[in-house]
Amino acid sequence: MSWNDMQPLLAQGTVDTLYMVLWAALVTVIGGLPLGILLVLTDKGGLLRNTVLNKVVGVVVNIGRSLPFIILLIAIIPFTTWVVGTFIGPTAMIVPLAVGAIPFFARLVETAVREVDHGLVEAVQSMGGSVPTIVRKVLLPQALPSLVSGVTTTVIVLIGYSAMAGAVGGEGLGSLAITNGFQRFDDRFMLVTVALLIVIVTVVQLIGDIAVRLLARRGRATS
Amino acid sequence: MITTSGLTKVYQSRGREVTALDGVDLHVREGEVYGVIGQSGAGKSSLIRCVNLLERPTSGTVTVDGQDLTALAGRGPRAGKGLREARSRIGMVFQHFNLLSSRTVQRNVELPLEILGISGQARTRKALELLDLVGLADKAKAYPGQLSGGQKQRVGIARALAGDPKVLLSDEATSALDPETTRSILQLLRDVNQQLGLTVLLITHEMDVVKTVCDSAALMRGGRVVESGTVDELLATPGSELADALFPVGGTASGPDRTVVDVTFRGDEAAQPVISQLARKYNIDISILGAAMDTVGGRQIGRMRIELPGGYADNVVPIGFLRERGLQAETVDEAAGAAPARTPALFTEEAAK
Repeated sequence: MSWNDMQPLLAQGTVDTLYMVLWAALVTVIGGLPLGILLVLTDKGGLLRNTVLNKVVGVVVNIGRSLPFIILLIAIIPFTTWVVGTFIGPTAMIVPLAVGAIPFFARLVETAVREVDHGLVEAVQSMGGSVPTIVRKVLLPQALPSLVSGVTTTVIVLIGYSAMAGAVGGEGLGSLAITNGFQRFDDRFMLVTVALLIVIVTVVQLIGDIAVRLLARRGRATS
Repeated sequence: MITTSGLTKVYQSRGREVTALDGVDLHVREGEVYGVIGQSGAGKSSLIRCVNLLERPTSGTVTVDGQDLTALAGRGPRAGKGLREARSRIGMVFQHFNLLSSRTVQRNVELPLEILGISGQARTRKALELLDLVGLADKAKAYPGQLSGGQKQRVGIARALAGDPKVLLSDEATSALDPETTRSILQLLRDVNQQLGLTVLLITHEMDVVKTVCDSAALMRGGRVVESGTVDELLATPGSELADALFPVGGTASGPDRTVVDVTFRGDEAAQPVISQLARKYNIDISILGAAMDTVGGRQIGRMRIELPGGYADNVVPIGFLRERGLQAETVDEAAGAAPARTPALFTEEAAK
């Protein structure tokens, strides 16, 4: 295959990868954020102490975390088909990607929110703030830098997962590397996809770091 | 304004029960600054946190401005609407300021107003007004991370005042500050107490805080209030530990056949030359063994330990003269005399930390 033939394939692969990863990241944040907050609030000593709910959510999250992604991917094919109508293609892949990343992100959210100084929670309680107020005005804004860095980590994990998705017809760079690079012994494909993945991960990390730095700057003395 | 009765708090800690409050009855009158003093672990922190129910008392009641807060509390860990409304009328200042680092100073002060549902413009106006009151009008757009400790506490006080509270709770508000900043923050508390007619309940482990701003004080030990009353009343109570800690006078008799007397001066009497009058009138030599004088709540207050020649029987008349002049005079026997001198150590130990 000539370089000219490879180019459109690689371009399409990159677009597919970004499409899968970014949509999955969005779903992951929407699903994982409340779950992580719930884990903190329902914990003992939390604002909504509820041992049963905390244990149930904790166990579900741990199960999600312990399954290797490639297994999860295949195991939930019926679910994926039920949601999207098919289990092949980038759109279908968003489902297992999000399902795999939600528990991971939920734990990151939990850690980030737990680090918020309890004194701030008490201060807002003493002003008569309700639990939703505390979440909106204290926990989320104060944890924001950690949350953003959690999103960065999650996106990078999703890029890794998306490559595995290539094994079961997920399209994207991973799929190109597997079908052209591995099965057709075209080393150039392998090299270029690896290089592209490195570039994408680096760019994501860079954007994340800049965002965290901008957010963290607010709290510190600038003079 | 604030009344607690039979307030008890028992913590469960790894199967063991720890009693932090053991039947505390406290009465804070409207418009006064009330100081609760005690060592770490005496229960004063639990006490102040029970007043706005950040901590649920195990038993007993808390009444603030005629409203029984314990009745509003409900059962679960969540604070119901009634309790949240009541809390919004009680301001609180914290040792570690507890300002949101993600918000500017102005937005920190606006936070209680946001919770009260006050609209944007009114919020801004009120916040700037309060920042002006605490002397930080120029720092509205700064972040807490850019302020000094004293400035942070001023923001904390402005924030606590935002909801127009009638009561201000101060949880060791000056304990993280240096002595000079402590004085200026105490002055500010005194100012808001006087200008806004605010009732202030503060807890502290520093005697100086009580001395500087408090109208009344209570001493806590082992979860109980050991002594309480207005500073005047305490000084008038023979053997009061708080009075001795506030105005420590030491010294023992220089020999047998001497009478040691503790004299307490309050207000106008403090200005009178009573000791020289005493010496002249009865022609006796008076030695001063120890003395402490200070201004409490704008009044000169002091205690002095003096020694008169002769036994108690010889000095009934001179002591009577002192009492006639409106002074409080207590004879100190050798055995009891040593006891009060030891008491201030309770607080110096804490202060050394």
